[in-house]
Order: sequence, then structure tokens, then C-alpha cells
Amino acid sequence: MKLLEVNNLTVKYGDHKVVDNVTFSVEEGQWLMIAGPNGAGKSTILNAISRGVPYEGEILFRGTDIRKLRTTALARHVGVLAQNHMVGYEFTVQEIVNLGRYAYRKGIMKGQDAGDETAVREALRVAGLQDLAYKSVLHLSGGEVQRTFLAQLFAQNPDIMILDEPANHLDLVYQKQTFELIGKWLAAPGRAVICVVHDLSQARAYGSHCLLLDHGKTASCGTVRDVLTPENLHAVYDMDVYAWMRRMLGQWEE
Amino acid sequence: MKIEKSTHRETFPWIAYVVFLAAAVFVAAVCVALGSVQIPLKDVGKVVWQAVFGGTAAQDVPNTFSSIILTVRLPRVICVALTGASLSVCGTSMQGLLKNALADGSTLGVSSGASLGAVLSIAFGITIPSLPFSGTMIMAILFAFGSLLLILGLSYKLDNSLSTNTIILVGIIFSMFVSSVMTLVIYFAGDKVRHITFWTMGSLAGSSYQNALVLLCALAVCGTVLLLHARELNAFAIGEDNARSIGVNIRRVRITVLVTVSVLIGVCVSIGGTIGFVGLVTPHILRMLTGPNHRRLLPASLFGGAIFLMLCDLAARVLISPLELPIGAVTSFIGAIVFVVIFYRSRKGS
Repeated sequence: MKLLEVNNLTVKYGDHKVVDNVTFSVEEGQWLMIAGPNGAGKSTILNAISRGVPYEGEILFRGTDIRKLRTTALARHVGVLAQNHMVGYEFTVQEIVNLGRYAYRKGIMKGQDAGDETAVREALRVAGLQDLAYKSVLHLSGGEVQRTFLAQLFAQNPDIMILDEPANHLDLVYQKQTFELIGKWLAAPGRAVICVVHDLSQARAYGSHCLLLDHGKTASCGTVRDVLTPENLHAVYDMDVYAWMRRMLGQWEE
Repeated sequence: MKIEKSTHRETFPWIAYVVFLAAAVFVAAVCVALGSVQIPLKDVGKVVWQAVFGGTAAQDVPNTFSSIILTVRLPRVICVALTGASLSVCGTSMQGLLKNALADGSTLGVSSGASLGAVLSIAFGITIPSLPFSGTMIMAILFAFGSLLLILGLSYKLDNSLSTNTIILVGIIFSMFVSSVMTLVIYFAGDKVRHITFWTMGSLAGSSYQNALVLLCALAVCGTVLLLHARELNAFAIGEDNARSIGVNIRRVRITVLVTVSVLIGVCVSIGGTIGFVGLVTPHILRMLTGPNHRRLLPASLFGGAIFLMLCDLAARVLISPLELPIGAVTSFIGAIVFVVIFYRSRKGS
């Protein structure tokens, strides 16, 4: 079953086409990695799916045009983890995770019900944040802040999780932890992940499918094995990526 | 589970509102009692009781006292409290919406814009038939909204992230420009327009029960709208991208809050002139006590703003008694210090 279909997506900033006629789809259980050099249009595709930028073409969720969905309905299906989290004030971890339930509110006067509270508690537990629930996010480390917003996304419980460089700025332990958390989340039925990554090793290790972009156009799209070939990567990055990766990792062999 | 829920709830328990209300009423009573003529608190209670509920409770209170209380001080204190609550809830909302602790009607230039609207309507005699006072008010509201759009639009053009420095700088330049235009208009309008200090420094001396009723209606409607957007303001205060992701209708919420704030500031300015920094000082102090969650901060700033402005008005009346300071001089004196403190802290933090 196709969860998300993106057909002939084009995004322009002025006259410049940042994303040019890109088509792809995501099915249940898939983890689609979007890779490509800087400025290839990776994050812009995510912004279009979350309706953050105007676009041409169509984006369908289970066959429905997302432009026809209310913002709350879209949020129940599609959740986004941004790349940077610059929180302005001293909100607590729990207050931020609570907001993940915004799309489920029953009315403007109603508070959270028991279902919301269970979802929040469970999200905090899965992300390992129980002990930090009442701490201010301004006093947390980068990894803990990232897990806070991931927990918000768990509480939001969308069908598709959209992640923009989830491991950026994180040290190795947190990178591993973050990808493993997302992998566990994806294991439940009816879910899919779309994830922008810089690091091709991460794309290969965790992704099932890959969309390789070059200057806003699709260079290749399919399973990770079919897309991340020496030829495809050479065409996009203009260097022998395989040889470079072997040299980088070969240093560690003793 | 029950205990866990009650210790970390996001909203205040009802008893907190009783305490806030009691505090506000007590401060109001003190403000009515103090002044060039000192009136015992007990007499204030008796006179107000008799005026509201009838009876003969205030029989033994001298007539001069009861007329000072009922015709001079009480309407003024009520107007001051309502203005304080309105300005402060506006400041809180804007600071959440723009994720910027220095946003306020006065720092953004919205209040100056509103007073220019009011001055223009008086100088050119723009009125609405059968509603003598409303022309000024509507012009003030329109100019408040126009200024807000202009300032935010210009800041956005200069700097996509709407950073503190840009907004404040644009706001200050806009305020200075508006003040100069206003000075010109007042200069040429002659006697028709009240003295310039009324519009730049504000005053609620001589306000009537009619003013209080208008303020109350505006606050009841606009305050309710803003309080109902507490969750959305939390989302904006955490970040606009995050707000979009969790399903907040960014555009609708932004325009609703901006229009509501403009209406409320417009009404306040047309009645009391520009009283600066109230919406900056109260949320800043209260945020340290209640945390940044708008489900607590907004109601707290209603009461906090009322109490803060009543005390400022009291200071304006008694500090150099029998002369009176403009109320805006007192609030701006305190506000400027708090502004520097916030700015210094945020610089050091980043």
C-alpha cells in the first residue's frame, strides 16, 4: 500500500527551480533516505510535504491531496522532525512532548484526556526521558533536546515520520541511539520513514530505499542497493565515493 | 497517577484564581484609599459596598470621601487595572507569537502607531455618526494593525528569521518617525487635540465609568480569544517549524493573534494614550514565577498587569504629590531597566 506519493514536484524560489520535477513514493514499512550534495533540494522536498513552501505538482497521502487536508489531519498522518531546535523559553520536556497531542484535541476548551496522557508517558519512556520530564529544555544537551522532539513525534503518532538530518550535530553514541529509536518505531505496521541524510554510510546502514538528488533533479530512485552504486554516486558527487569510503573506514582495520 | 497529574498540570488550580483576584482587589482598594486626601481602607470598602449593593453601610463616611472615591478615584483605578491587564496580555501574546521576549506594543511601535491614528481622527474630525467616541478608537485600531503589519513586513524583508535586533530596531525607528508626524499634526491642530504628553506618556486621570465599560468589553472579547490560543502560542514560542509539524494552522493563528492584539492596544491607546513597557515588564517577571507555558502565563499576566499598572499609577499620583507624573513616565522608567536586563541576559546566553 502506497502511503505517500509525490508526483512531478517542482519548487521554485523566484525563477530558480530548487526541486525540479521529482517523483517518488513510499510504501508501508519502507525507510526512504533522501541523499545528495548540498543544495540538491533535499530539505526543500521535506518542506513541501509539510506544506512549509508553495509547490507545483501533487503530493498524495493514501491517495488524498494533502492540500485538501486540514492542518491537524495532516499532522495526524505526517510528522516532521526539524533539523534545528531553537527553543525560545524555558519549556519543560513534558510540555514539549504534550504539544505532540495538539492534532488530537477535541475542542479549544478541552484539555488533554487519559488517552493523551498515556501517549505522552509512553513517548517519554520510549525516548528514555522519564527522569528529565520536568527539566527545562534549555538546560539539556543536544542529544537530549533531539530526543525530546523525537518523543513529541512519538506522541503525535503519525503514519509517516519525516526527518531532516536527525543525527546532525550529535556525537556518535546519540547518532546510533537516534537511528535505533526510529528503526524500532518503524517496526510497527502501517508506518514509513522519510529521512534526509548527508552521510551515505547512514543511508546504506538504515535505509531500505533511497532517492538520490542532483541539482534538484532525480539522479536515481529505488532500493538502497540499486541506487547507491559506484556509477550513480560518481555521476552525482563527481568523485569515486566507494574508494573514498574504503579509505576512511580502512584506517580502522588492525 | 492522580497525584502525578495534579502536581504537574499545565493550568492553574481554581484556588490560584481566587488568590489572584483577592490580590488585585486589595491593591485596587489601597490605590483608591491613598492620594492627596488619605481615606481609611474601611471607608473605601463601605462606600463601594453601598454603591454596589445599596443599603446604608456608608452612612458614617464623610460626603467628601464618598464623592472622591466614587467620582474620581474608583473609575480611574478600574480603568488603570483594565488597561494594565490588556496591555500585559497583549505583550505576552506577542512575545509568544514572535518567540521574542522583547516584543511589546511600545517596543514594536504599535502603540505609537495607534496614537497617531487617534490624533489624526481628532485633528481631522473623523467620526462615525451617532457614535461620537468610536471614530478615534477605530482609527487607533486600524493604525495599530497597520503599524504591526508594516513593522513585521519590513523586518521580515530585512531578515527572514525575525531576530530580536531587527524587530526592535525597525520598531524604534518607526516609533520615532510616527512621533514626529504626530508632533506636527498636534502643532497644527491647535486646541482640538489634547496635549502631546497625553499621547506620548499616557494618562488615565479623569477617566469615566463609560471608559471602564468600553475597556471591559474589549478585554472580555479579545482576552478570551487570546486565552483560547494558549496552546498555539506555546507552539509558536517553541518554534514556528515545530508548530507547523504538530498541526497548528500557522497563518490563521498568526493573523488572529495580530488582529486581536491590535484591537486591544487600539482601544487602550484611544482611552489612555501610550503607556509604554507594561507588556514587557509583567510577562518577564511572571515568566520567572510561572514558567513560559501560556496556559499559566496568559491568565497570570492579566492579573499581574492590572496590579503592576495600578501600583505605577499610584506612584505617579503620590511621588511628587500634589503634582502628578504622567503614568507612562513611571512605566517607562521601570520598563527601560527591565529591557536592559532582558537584553543583557539574552546576549550573554547566546
